[in-house]
Amino acid sequence: MATRYHIEQYCRITNGRISKNGALVFESAETEFSAFIKTAYKTLGIAYSKFFKMDSLSKLALVAADLLLVEEPEKNMALVFSNNASSLDTDRKHQQSIQDPDGYFPSPAVFVYTLPNICMGEISIKHRLFSENSFFINNRFLADNLFDYTNSLLAMQKAEKVLCGWVDFDHGKYDAFLYVVAKNGTFTHSKESINQLYQTI
Amino acid sequence: MSEIYLSHNNVVSNYGFDSLAAVNEIKQEKSSLQLIDDSQILSKPVCTSRMDTEKLKEAFALLNPRESYTRLEQLLIVSLEKTIKASGVPLNERVGLLISTTKGNIDVLDTQNPFPEERAYLTVLGDKIKDFFGFQHEAMVLSNACVSGVLAIAVAKRFIQQGTYDHVFVVGGDLVTKFILSGFNAFQALSDAPCKPYDKDRVGINIGEVGSSVLVTKNPNALAKESVVVLGEASCNDANHISGPSRTGEGLFRSIESAMKQARISASEIDCISAHGTATIFNDEMEAIAFNRANLQATPINSLKGYFGHTLGASGLIETIVGMHSLHQNTLFCSKGFEELGVSKPLNVIGKTTQKSLDIFLKTASGFGGCNTATIFKKVAS
Repeated sequence: MATRYHIEQYCRITNGRISKNGALVFESAETEFSAFIKTAYKTLGIAYSKFFKMDSLSKLALVAADLLLVEEPEKNMALVFSNNASSLDTDRKHQQSIQDPDGYFPSPAVFVYTLPNICMGEISIKHRLFSENSFFINNRFLADNLFDYTNSLLAMQKAEKVLCGWVDFDHGKYDAFLYVVAKNGTFTHSKESINQLYQTI
Repeated sequence: MSEIYLSHNNVVSNYGFDSLAAVNEIKQEKSSLQLIDDSQILSKPVCTSRMDTEKLKEAFALLNPRESYTRLEQLLIVSLEKTIKASGVPLNERVGLLISTTKGNIDVLDTQNPFPEERAYLTVLGDKIKDFFGFQHEAMVLSNACVSGVLAIAVAKRFIQQGTYDHVFVVGGDLVTKFILSGFNAFQALSDAPCKPYDKDRVGINIGEVGSSVLVTKNPNALAKESVVVLGEASCNDANHISGPSRTGEGLFRSIESAMKQARISASEIDCISAHGTATIFNDEMEAIAFNRANLQATPINSLKGYFGHTLGASGLIETIVGMHSLHQNTLFCSKGFEELGVSKPLNVIGKTTQKSLDIFLKTASGFGGCNTATIFKKVAS
């Protein structure tokens, strides 16, 4: 089922590669995420003073969102994200800091990232988006609910555009696929088309 | 577009096993918060509200479970079973399940916990609930910090209006764990006495634990007598700070304005507000600013955190449920713990439970990540 809305642009970050609208924009042989994302952040010329204080999920989401939002004038843009691991990578770090009474040292700077929606907060701050954020958990990338929910937000005029997709970070593995849905755009907004864009990159 | 209702509902809490068990005590201005000294969750005594473990086990055993379930799963299942049963809605392909939680089974990360770490994945929790009842679709899981419960109602409404479902059962809950308490304690946000939202002597929050559930439906027949219509809802980010509320109440103010616009009502038509009111210095101040900007400073307002504590992913849901009963009983519930206004702008905090004819209420919530939500509900005309 297609709607009157379109996918304006999309991006993907996984396995050392960053692409936008199907074209490679950054590639690295670096296998470790923190080194990879740091080089990508610098090479792509992204500027956000808190970047190095953020957890891996937020770094992944912020870089992915920046690819699509850096030249975006529309500020009435809702964020609808999903993933499998929620914030478990940071949850494990917080748990380690409280597991043993001898080494008990919980940190507010870690604890605040133990929620998946924090990465949407970071993107909202950087791009001055006073819009709706929703974070769903699915065990795999699933276009169905994102498609219905995005159509609802646009039809109810809750936003002019919606930035949606998948940002997952777990056990060092990372995968981000974000796309912008708007009234006008190059790609069809349908469940099939979303799945196709996700699978062919 | 068809109207969307909140109908049959349940709260499993320290008060008892249904919504009225809690509402009847709240009406008497009785808190369920108590000081608990349990080194498993915090090295010092903590003021909290938790369902008694033995009572929960007994209630759960009556449902004949065929495998082991975590504490949170038990809470959610016991609550949801009562709501499904009361509603009489058959769980066919037109029925969705939406789970609202911030941390799910986070206690399984503790090496002492008997359940495997995989149980911490929120979709595993979703599958357990889905399979227990035999829902035909995968559970949708919403994890959006402390606004999850209120946002979940808006999400359910939207999926129904989009035609994805005819009915959605929303179930919400989070546990009082060492994980959560150690974190809030590291923020120095915990109060060791019952919290005092909006009061000049407020010092912080209490964390509480409940399971709660509600049926969201487009079917105007067979509604519970306390049912409400969702008139408008909105959610806006502060775009300011991930752990500190906005100094201008920006996101909350915008959420309220947007929800009122959708509801096509003005501030003067709102009879009462069920606010977030965590009793931290900064949250309550932010809310006072936002409510004043929205011209709601004279509207009777309460925070229910003094009864349950902050129940995280369930908080917006139980506070909405109590709000439904408040409308139905035409009663403004006292904002427990409040004595003298301690925010910089005027608010009409409800100091005493009072009878009053009520029709429309506003529910708000705010949370980490800068998120805010506002939803407006109207009593279903009898």
